[in-house]
Amino acid sequence: MKVSEIRDILDAKLLCGQDKLDLDILSACGSDLMSDLLAFVKDSCVLLTGQTNFQVIKTAEMLDVECIIFVRGKIPTKEVCDLAKEVGMTLLQTDKTLYAACGLLYVEGLEPCERGDF
Amino acid sequence: MADFVEVYDVTSEDFVTAGDASRNIKRILKKIGLDAKLIRRIAIASYESEINMAIHSYGGTITFEIEGDTIIVICKDTGPGIKDIEKAMTEGYSTASDSARAIGFGAGMGLPNIRNNSDKLDITSSKAGTTLIVTFNID
Repeated sequence: MKVSEIRDILDAKLLCGQDKLDLDILSACGSDLMSDLLAFVKDSCVLLTGQTNFQVIKTAEMLDVECIIFVRGKIPTKEVCDLAKEVGMTLLQTDKTLYAACGLLYVEGLEPCERGDF
Repeated sequence: MADFVEVYDVTSEDFVTAGDASRNIKRILKKIGLDAKLIRRIAIASYESEINMAIHSYGGTITFEIEGDTIIVICKDTGPGIKDIEKAMTEGYSTASDSARAIGFGAGMGLPNIRNNSDKLDITSSKAGTTLIVTFNID
């Protein structure tokens, strides 16, 4: 599923990463727990979270995640957005809850992220 | 003597700069051109260790070494030590503070995740400090 499709399904606003709208996303993972994301997320996965601090961007960077969706209307600070831009990350923001956003993407066929292989 | 060594400071409870050492390490590994999966494993283990240090310790250092076909990340803090290493290695067990939990950490996945992503993990701990030696083999 392309980032642009995800944006449309979630009625989301693009905060940065206009050049990545055609990026193919293979799976999704939703959590406010960075520790769980670090244990579960695979490549080409999109993150859905209500956390908007610096560590979300750094966690995603470690995981090679290229797109983050902030749910529940949460908006990160300019500094957090700047960090995302610096590493070429795409940020989306939706008013939907984590549950609703994950559900909408799931029914449209976006696979859940299974635990990574070690 | 290692072929390459860099040392980074990690400050206790500084959740803005925490992770920057691991970001640097990842950048260096990318420049060297190692396998992407190996880089990801090293980055995750290093980042988890760094966050653990910021959450649980009085601060310390991360030493990143490349020695032949081995990469070693040494995380050394100045205390107060891990009371029960066996419990700390159990998924779901956590003693993290509310401030750490507020930013999404403290799920009790840190040490098990470091172990799972590394080729070898050695932990020694006392009240004077904890040292993690995390080793990765370059295939």
